[in-house]
Amino acid sequence: MTTEKERSIIQTKFRERMDEDELMNCMRCGFCLPTCPTYIESGFQESHSPRGRIALMKAVVDGLIEPDEDVERSLNMCLGCRACEPVCPSGVRYGHLLEEARDIIQQNKKHSFPIRVVRKLVFDELFPYPKRMRIATALLGFYQRSGLRSFARKTGLLKVLPPSLRDMEKILPDVPALKEMKERPRHLESEGAPKRRVAFFSGCLMDTMFMPTNDATMRLLQLAGCEIVIPESQTCCGALHGHGGEKQKAKELAKQNIRAFEELDVDYIVTNAGGCGAFLMEYDHLLKDEEEWRERAKAFVAKIKDISEVLVELDFHKKRLKVEPQVVTYQDSCHLRNVMKTSASPRKLLRAIQGVEFREMKDADRCCGSAGIYNIVEPEMSMQILDYKMEMAKQTKATTIVTANPGCLLQMKLGIEREGLSDRVRAVHIVDFLLEAAEGVQASEHEERIRKTS
Amino acid sequence: MISNDIKQQFIRIVGAENYDDSQAGRLVYSYDATPQFQSLPDAVIAPRNTQEVAEIVKICNEHRIPIVPRGSGTNLCAGTCPIEGGIVLVFKHMNKILEIDEENLTVTVQPGVITLDLIKAVEEKGLFYPPDPSSMKISTIGGNINENSGGLRGLKYGVTRDYVMALEVVLPNGEIIRTGGKLAKDVAGYDLTRLFVGSEGTLGVITEATLKLIPMPETKKTMLALYQDLEAAARSVSKIIANKIIPATLEFLDQPTLEVVEAYAQIGLPTDVKAVLLIEQDGPQEIVERDIKKMAEICKSEQAVSVQLARSEEEAEALRTARRTALSALARLKPTTILEDATVPRSEIAKMVKAINEIAEKYNVKICTFGHAGDGNLHPTCPTDARDRDEMERVEKAFAEIFAKAIELGGTITGEHGVGAMKAPYLEWKLGEAGIAAMKAIKQALDPNNIMNPGKVFAKSTRKRVVVTR
Ligand SMILES: Cc1cc2nc3c(=O)[nH]c(=O)nc-3n(C[C@H](O)[C@H](O)[C@H](O)COP(=O)(O)OP(=O)(O)OC[C@H]3O[C@@H](n4cnc5c(N)ncnc54)[C@H](O)[C@@H]3O)c2cc1C
Ligand code: SF4
Ligand code: SF4
Repeated sequence: MTTEKERSIIQTKFRERMDEDELMNCMRCGFCLPTCPTYIESGFQESHSPRGRIALMKAVVDGLIEPDEDVERSLNMCLGCRACEPVCPSGVRYGHLLEEARDIIQQNKKHSFPIRVVRKLVFDELFPYPKRMRIATALLGFYQRSGLRSFARKTGLLKVLPPSLRDMEKILPDVPALKEMKERPRHLESEGAPKRRVAFFSGCLMDTMFMPTNDATMRLLQLAGCEIVIPESQTCCGALHGHGGEKQKAKELAKQNIRAFEELDVDYIVTNAGGCGAFLMEYDHLLKDEEEWRERAKAFVAKIKDISEVLVELDFHKKRLKVEPQVVTYQDSCHLRNVMKTSASPRKLLRAIQGVEFREMKDADRCCGSAGIYNIVEPEMSMQILDYKMEMAKQTKATTIVTANPGCLLQMKLGIEREGLSDRVRAVHIVDFLLEAAEGVQASEHEERIRKTS
Repeated sequence: MISNDIKQQFIRIVGAENYDDSQAGRLVYSYDATPQFQSLPDAVIAPRNTQEVAEIVKICNEHRIPIVPRGSGTNLCAGTCPIEGGIVLVFKHMNKILEIDEENLTVTVQPGVITLDLIKAVEEKGLFYPPDPSSMKISTIGGNINENSGGLRGLKYGVTRDYVMALEVVLPNGEIIRTGGKLAKDVAGYDLTRLFVGSEGTLGVITEATLKLIPMPETKKTMLALYQDLEAAARSVSKIIANKIIPATLEFLDQPTLEVVEAYAQIGLPTDVKAVLLIEQDGPQEIVERDIKKMAEICKSEQAVSVQLARSEEEAEALRTARRTALSALARLKPTTILEDATVPRSEIAKMVKAINEIAEKYNVKICTFGHAGDGNLHPTCPTDARDRDEMERVEKAFAEIFAKAIELGGTITGEHGVGAMKAPYLEWKLGEAGIAAMKAIKQALDPNNIMNPGKVFAKSTRKRVVVTR
């Protein structure tokens, strides 16, 4: 809820800050409507479509309407999946409009006290600090290992949480111990002659809660012939802040990251999470108004590449890769696909694995409903979208669902849990699966050697 | 304005969840794809069936509340802009394919069905629904019927009108009628079906339609002819038809259009030529091959610099899809995109292309042209900025002159986009006073209270006529 005064300030800020040319660039052809998950799932409501949202933003700028609750509702319901961008012939950069609009609203409305506290904690005090992230994750580890988890589950203590969070608790990965998280490598040699020198963007969540996936990523890069540097001064990419209406904080994080990587003399900065990669890739837009950072941001952006692109470029798919025979399907990470424009390489890698029967699921490019923290703040819509996704996944009869972003991975796990499929179907990050395939070959070669010698 | 009492009556009919008069809810139905038109309705109502539509219409008729039926709002004539307020009727619940009749080759649908969904559904059964407006992935059948939309396949297969066999219509007095039937022949009374086709929501609400299907053509071939001379491309069009070949598709794109389409689609379209023709033929293999060969020869004889055949169906589909994005892609050039729909007899297409370029020069405006050249239907499009008053004035003058020229060549002010609010001031140029009077008489008879989409088709005043000399 906003007060009248807040609304009037928001309106003025819209006029000052929204990119009017970009708003006018939308010619309202509606070509983006059929790809918008919220338009479809809301039963074809224009207010939950990209064209409708752009019209609302423009109407606020034009003073036709006030930025009332319904306007805010429409913007909140947006997944930010940006599926509307690649299908827009006019090239409207919807994501940028949304980010700006959300930032204006967030910055100019007074949140209720508990929300303010949580926002401050998460955005300012937690994610920007690797050390605090490690401690928070370690606390989770303590919860999981100390018997507290089984106590909470058994006693029904978890019932105090809303259903969406209760389900979340179940699917969180078993996290590493604090000590492991602290002792991260800073430099790794390539396996064999180095073909590329790359930097690895380790991320905040990825380097704590999903640490094994980061390890797998680095291992794959080594196997593909990369020398890797992992600068210690890097920080959270800022996506959560940028999408959550904390643009100023996102800019600070961006600058810290640019500083951390710009002197490294590497071919690429490799990412393994579509959400982070896409945000890094738009640092130039984020910092467009800051003279001294513009060029530095551009140079940074030019180097960002998803792990699957790097692997394909280095012919990793031509190596021998093998897993147990299984049906595999791939769920696109929206930002990897729509912003980083990476969708063919992951599929190419998966198809190259012996034992994999790859089956494309219908609407694999449609958002799974995870969308950052969307599944927590908009559980109803998120679950509706997820249910459709699982229906499509089930139709492929896949036993392995591969994704390329931690949020999507958790959401797929949640979907599997909800469908009661956890004994038959698993969800994995593509790098973990690829490493499994690479090691599968090593293991079977090893076995063969033993057989031959004995 | 809708009084609280009437609002409650509407809610009793459709349920509270299908009645929206919130500020944001109304705003998102205040526009369509036409630039410079925006106006808020008083409420948006989503009926669930014909009966509900009839009850709503009755209330509106009694209280003189304007009704704007709306599909996906992609029309280009301000046809769904509620310029006199009232209610917008949306068909998001009435979007089912009711029956595909494989014996009579018909499909029966509700108005909210998306055109492409219908096409795909019948193709699964080996049947073919040809009208394919470029907007088909989001346009609705209700909208297509009311604009009598054409598409890329119009030259050989005709437009929406040629496929509408029967309609269920709620008249402005709330009565429900059925016109036509699954009949190859039917002369029982006036052909009301045809009357409602292209009526732009001004005569009634269409709640069901039965459409004609035909067998799928066996094969199809696609080619691009490249030109360094606009008029040579246009001449090829007339010559192909004069040679008694009717291709399935014969589309024209000029260089600026090619550039923006390629910028979006990135499929390797030529951008170093002045114009291309996208040509397709379908049917039995021998005939397709013979026609394609002959058309390639004609193009070459008209100075096509090269003629390229699509190597696969994927490549052909990429070309068609790219062509469909032309208008939206042009929108990336400037904040405002104004497009026209002038249509001339096929034999006059080269003259029209020439005239458009001369007019653009005369008024110092940029005009990009693409369109269904084979139908004589061009879309001269002007990327401009509505905030630039001076330029907007010149653009308007240029388009008025283009209309006048089209009529002079025996053509019309709109081939497929409709009159709506946008072209209403020009309608008399085409129809004459008596023509307008005849149409008004029909409107008056069916909708005496003028509740159906008021302000569309008929203007309060006619634009002063431009006289083209030359
Ligand atoms: C990029 C682009 C490309 C296009 N390409 C083409 C093309 O190739 N060929 C072409 O002909 N057009 C084209 N159009 C125009 C437009 O898409 C068509 O006119 C289409 O048929 C409109 O469908 P809609 O569902 O959006 O209808 P709307 O725009 O919502 O409505 C169109 C008209 O139909 C009326 N209407 C809708 N439903 C009903 C109903 N159930 N009962 C009574 N009246 C109703 C409305 O009142 C309005 O007058 C294009 C538009 C765009 C934006
Ligand atoms: S596709 Fe692009 S131009 Fe068309 S309505 Fe969507 S955002 Fe606007
Ligand atoms: S970002 Fe996704 S949810 Fe939001 S408008 Fe675009 S397609 Fe719809």
